[in-house]
Amino acid sequence: MTDTPAPRHIPDRLDNPLSSAIFSWEALLVAVAVAIFAVNSFASPYFLDAWSLSDLTFNFTEKALIALAMALLIISGEIDLSVAAIIALASTIMGMAVQAGAGTPVLVAIGILVGLGCGAFNGLLVTRLGLPSIVVTIGTMSLFRGIAFIVLGDRAYKGYPSSFAFFGQGYVWWVVSFELALFLVAAVIYWFLLHQTSFGRRIFAIGNNPVAAQFSGVRVGRIKFILFCLTGLMAGIASVLITSRLGSTRPSIAQGYELEVITMVVLGGVSILGGAGSILGVVLAAFIMGLVTFGLGLLNVPGIVMSIFIGLLLIIVIALPILWRRVRRERFT
Amino acid sequence: MKIFLKYREVWLLAAIAVLIGLISMRFPGFAAPGNLRQLFNDTSILMILALGQMAVILTRSIDLSMASNLCFTGMVVAMLNAAHPAIPIPLLIVIALLVGLVLGAINGLLVWRLNIPSIVVTLGTLTIYRGATFVISGGAWVNADQMSPEFIGLQRAAFLGIPVLSWIAILVIALFFLLMTRTALGRSIYAIGVNPTASVYAGIDVRRTKFIVFCISGMTAGLCGYLWISRYVIASVEVANGYELNIIAACVIGGISIAGGIGSVGGAVLGALFLGIISNALPVINISPFWQMAISGSAIILAVVLNARGERRQGRIILKKAEAA
Repeated sequence: MTDTPAPRHIPDRLDNPLSSAIFSWEALLVAVAVAIFAVNSFASPYFLDAWSLSDLTFNFTEKALIALAMALLIISGEIDLSVAAIIALASTIMGMAVQAGAGTPVLVAIGILVGLGCGAFNGLLVTRLGLPSIVVTIGTMSLFRGIAFIVLGDRAYKGYPSSFAFFGQGYVWWVVSFELALFLVAAVIYWFLLHQTSFGRRIFAIGNNPVAAQFSGVRVGRIKFILFCLTGLMAGIASVLITSRLGSTRPSIAQGYELEVITMVVLGGVSILGGAGSILGVVLAAFIMGLVTFGLGLLNVPGIVMSIFIGLLLIIVIALPILWRRVRRERFT
Repeated sequence: MKIFLKYREVWLLAAIAVLIGLISMRFPGFAAPGNLRQLFNDTSILMILALGQMAVILTRSIDLSMASNLCFTGMVVAMLNAAHPAIPIPLLIVIALLVGLVLGAINGLLVWRLNIPSIVVTLGTLTIYRGATFVISGGAWVNADQMSPEFIGLQRAAFLGIPVLSWIAILVIALFFLLMTRTALGRSIYAIGVNPTASVYAGIDVRRTKFIVFCISGMTAGLCGYLWISRYVIASVEVANGYELNIIAACVIGGISIAGGIGSVGGAVLGALFLGIISNALPVINISPFWQMAISGSAIILAVVLNARGERRQGRIILKKAEAA
């Protein structure tokens, strides 16, 4: 009827347990992941090697870190399109610090603080002035990346210290890279935050009905502000990882990441209208996107064609539950 | 004074006049008629795209796939021209409109039939259409020397001293003005944005109307596909990369509310002009073009702040009237 469809069916134990287990979003994602995995291991002999599976994770860990915080933000009914620009700005300021002779600890601190600062700036504009986040963050996206362009122009910063390379290139244990370990730890933290704390409950409440949440004593503005800060913080951390992995800073760094992060979040079953979603879904979606890009890469499919698969996957995965609900409704009414 | 409060287009017009005035202080030739004509011509494509996006945003939706649609359609038209130079240009323009319409209709159908939020649909088709461009072209470019002289001739052709490209923009602006202010469809588009529920009770088919606005935005993107290629004489997968956000930025600066129902044809045109002036004027007054992004970003944020205040002020005026009565 209007553009706010019925809330997504959230299965619980009172439903038919079997059908809700089969048709829950996460189960669908697992099935997709297993299918892609099977196709890939048949298609290429190199796929099942532990090291190549480890290389696969570099495709998505940086974006997935941001996706964790973005999921919370989107569940609360807001969105942040400026994350890729935050990466560019943080990376640029890290590059300036390197020119001034800063060491690795300082660089990491700069990346994290710049991210946090940009997130707070977004949060202030949205919550203090009551502006729509999609437009504000399109603006700050141009602003942040614009500053990176003003500072760098067509030049690039290089010469990062060798100890700085660990964050984007190092391994903590056998084939587990530092990036992957960091992502897994962060995923557990965000899962706990969203699904096990009252803070997480409040995020869902805001997303479902901000006015009702406000009247129930939830500090809507403050929580949204915190979520923008978290998203900025994760973008700052991602900036440290990317800059470390590439070993250089250009103002065009991480171009187009914002849409990939949002695709990851939506693919993970988070409702773009707010109020529904899970961290598990986002983690699965990150792995699926990584599997797709890596598997197609082994088959020498160019990156831009992979994006067709990601786009189709996004639309199909969103459409399936809707179609399924419709079929079920027609059977029972 | 009332007119200032009532119409944000007046604000924007004043801002553009001030901007041109400031640039003229640094570079006297900037406000010359010839240069302004050039400016309008350079901004024509963005204006047409902003009008298509405006129709979508008015219904509380968003179309992120316009730039990819433009890229795909442009490639189709360029390849047709390279393979069959005999196809007349008017027919190519019709083909561009149709291809754009089909791509827009795909977005519209997913929104209409499946009720998927438009931002998700168009985020998906944004990547799909650009990928499809690569598939049909095999990653190859279509260069100027592969295009027929008539195909490229559009940018040099002029009528009454005004380039044909500008005439096309003027025609599209006129059509949109008629559509938004003189037709039942235009009225429905505004109604849906203001209050979707009330629109349903008023007998408007909300989702079908959304389907139609996506067809409209698709057609404008398709038309611009041809215009873009003929103007910049290169068709590749990279055409208009990231441009979708520029189109939305033009709408936002033009005072079109992302919450739907507020905005006008004049606003979209002026918003596009504002961005066009910024991108065109910087090299003229010796500011590095690298400043362009940051300036546009600041303009967007400022526009959003001002627009939000305007919307709130309207509310207060209604309350004052109620108190007085």
